[in-house]
Amino acid sequence: MNETTARRISDDLLRPLLNTSWRFYALVAVLASVVAMGVGTWAYQMYMGFGLTGINNPVFWAFYITNFVFWIGISHAGTLISAILRLVDAGWRRPVTRCAEVITAFALMIGAMFPIIHLGRPWLFFWLVPYPSERQIWPNFRSPLVWDFFAITTYLTGSVLFLVLPMIPDFALLRDKTTGWRRTLYGVLALRWQGTTKQWHRLESAMQIMAIAIIPVAVSVHTIVSFDFSMAPVPMWHSTIFGPYFVAGAIFSGIAALIIAMATLRKLLHLEDYLHPVHFQNLGKLLLLMSLLWAYFVFSERLTVWYGNEAAEVAAFLATQRGSYAPLYWTMIVCNFVIPVPILSLRKLRTIGGCVVASSFVLVGMWLERFLIVVPSLSHKYLTYSWGHYRPQPVEILITISTFAAMALLYTLFAKLVPIISIWELKVGEDPFPAETQEQIRDHPLWKAIP
Amino acid sequence: MNAVYALYTEPADVQRAVDNLRAAGVAEHEITVISSEPIEEFEFSHRDEATWLPWIAGCGGAAGLAAGVLLTVGTELAWPISTGNMPIVAWWPNLIVIFELTMLGAILATVVTLFVTARIPSREPRMYDPAVSDGKILVGVEKPAADVIPALERALLAGGAGQLRSGPPAPTPAAAGTNPRP
Repeated sequence: MNETTARRISDDLLRPLLNTSWRFYALVAVLASVVAMGVGTWAYQMYMGFGLTGINNPVFWAFYITNFVFWIGISHAGTLISAILRLVDAGWRRPVTRCAEVITAFALMIGAMFPIIHLGRPWLFFWLVPYPSERQIWPNFRSPLVWDFFAITTYLTGSVLFLVLPMIPDFALLRDKTTGWRRTLYGVLALRWQGTTKQWHRLESAMQIMAIAIIPVAVSVHTIVSFDFSMAPVPMWHSTIFGPYFVAGAIFSGIAALIIAMATLRKLLHLEDYLHPVHFQNLGKLLLLMSLLWAYFVFSERLTVWYGNEAAEVAAFLATQRGSYAPLYWTMIVCNFVIPVPILSLRKLRTIGGCVVASSFVLVGMWLERFLIVVPSLSHKYLTYSWGHYRPQPVEILITISTFAAMALLYTLFAKLVPIISIWELKVGEDPFPAETQEQIRDHPLWKAIP
Repeated sequence: MNAVYALYTEPADVQRAVDNLRAAGVAEHEITVISSEPIEEFEFSHRDEATWLPWIAGCGGAAGLAAGVLLTVGTELAWPISTGNMPIVAWWPNLIVIFELTMLGAILATVVTLFVTARIPSREPRMYDPAVSDGKILVGVEKPAADVIPALERALLAGGAGQLRSGPPAPTPAAAGTNPRP
C-alpha cells in the first residue's frame, strides 16, 4: 500500500479519537443517565427485596435469565465470526473484526452480571461457589452452574485477549501521533511495541492459534448455557438439540447486533470509505443463512414435541401456539423469519438500510425467543396444580432497558479511545478506496485517448 | 543505547539495505527491521519466521487439561457427596470443565509466549523512530561498536534511498518508546 493511502487511513481512523464534538458528550450523558437509572433501580430492588420483581413460584427464572441468555448470545457476534473469517483469510473481514470483537467483550460482561442481579442479594454470590466450607454447604461440583462459570471465564479471557492483542500496534501508532495525556496513555498501552519483523510474525502466529482455540470455546459457551435448561426435566427443556439450537440462535442474534453496530458507526464516525455496502451484503447473506437455520431448529423442536404428544410438553407447547404466550410467539416468528428472509433474499432490498431493518427485527425476535424458552415451560410444569403465570414488573423492565444503554455507552466510549477499525490490518489488505480507484482508472489519460 | 539506522519508503530499498549490512559483516540477529505493518513480499520479512509458538500452545493446553483433571477429580474426592445418583467421580460433567481449562491453558500459553518471545513490553528502551508510524521502514543496528559505525552508515546508504540517523536516544516518556536523536 502506498504511503499516501496509508497516511489517509491513519488520519481518517484517528480523527474520531482526536476530535470530539458536543454530540459525543450529549450521547454519553443520555446513555449514562439511563445506565444510572438501571443501577438505581437495582439498588432499589436490593433495598426493598426481590419481591418487587414478578418472579414467584413456579416461575423462578424470568426476565433476568432471559437477558443472561440473550446477551451471551449477542456475544457470539464478535470473536466467533472474527475467528472464522481470520482462519479462512477473508479479505473483507479487515474493517469488520474489531467492531465485532468489542461486542463480544462487552456483551459477555453485561450477560455475566445477570445471574448476580437474579440472586436478589448479590453480596451472597459466593454461596454459589462450591468452595470448601465449614457451614455444611453441600457443594455440587457436577452442577451446570459450575460449567457456566468455567465456560464464561474462559470465553471472556480469550475474547478480551483476542481483542486486545491486535490493538497493540494501533496503540503504538497513537503513541506516535498524539500529545499530552493521550501520548502517556497510549505509550503505556503500546507496551513499547516497535514493529520488528519478529514481533509481527509472533503476533500473527498468536492470532492464528487463538482463532483456532476460540472457535470451539465460543461454541461450547452457548452449548453450556443451553445445558442450564436441557439438563433439567422440565417440559420443552429436556431436549437433545438445545445445544446446536442455542448456538445457531446466538450466532443469528450476534450477526444482527454486529450489522446494527457497524451501520451506526459508519454513520456517526463517517466511515463510509471503510465500511462498504459489500460488508453489509456479506453479513446480510450470513444473517439470511442463520435465519433459515434457526427456522429449521424451531420446526424440528416443535414438531418433535407435537408429534410425541406427551401431555406436559404439549401443554407448554400449546401455551405458545394459541395460549397466553401466542402473541409473543408469533411476533417472534414474524421478526426472525417472515420479515428478514424476504429482505435479505432480494438483492435490491439487501442494502445497508435493509440489513439494519432486518437486524432490528431479529434482535427483538431473539429476545422474545429467549423469553419463550424460559417462561412458558416453567409456568407449565408436569402437574397442573403447580402451573402459574409471570408478569414482568417495572424494576425488571427498567434494568433490562438500562443494559442496552450500558452496551451502547461502553461501545461509544471504546470507539472514542481506540480505533474501531484495526488500522494496521487495513493497511495490509487491499486498497480500501475501490470506488476512488475505479474513478482514477476511468479518468486515466489512456482511456480518454481511446475513442 | 546507541543505534545506527536509516528510514526507507520502499520495501525494495529495505531489502537492499539488509543485504548490504549482511555484506558488511553484520550478523543476521543484529539487523533490525521495523515497520508499521507486516510486509510479506520480501526476503527480509521472512527472517524470524520459525517459532515454537504452536508447540508451546499445545503444552499449555496439556497443562490446562492436567489442571482440569486435578481440580474436578480432586474436589469430588475431597467432598464425596452423592448428587443426582451420579458416581463420585463423574466423568461426563467433568469433561466440560476439563475442556474449558484445556483451552484456557492453550490461550494463556500463547499470549505469554508472544510477550516473552516478541519482548513486549521490553525492559529497556529500544531502537525506534516515530516516522515508522508515517509509513517509513526502519533498518538499523543497535549498540554498534564505534569503529564499525562508518561502515554501517555506508551500507545503509549504499542503496541511495535512505535517511540516515544515528546517536543516543532522546529522553522520551518512559513508556513511549525510544527515539534516537537525529
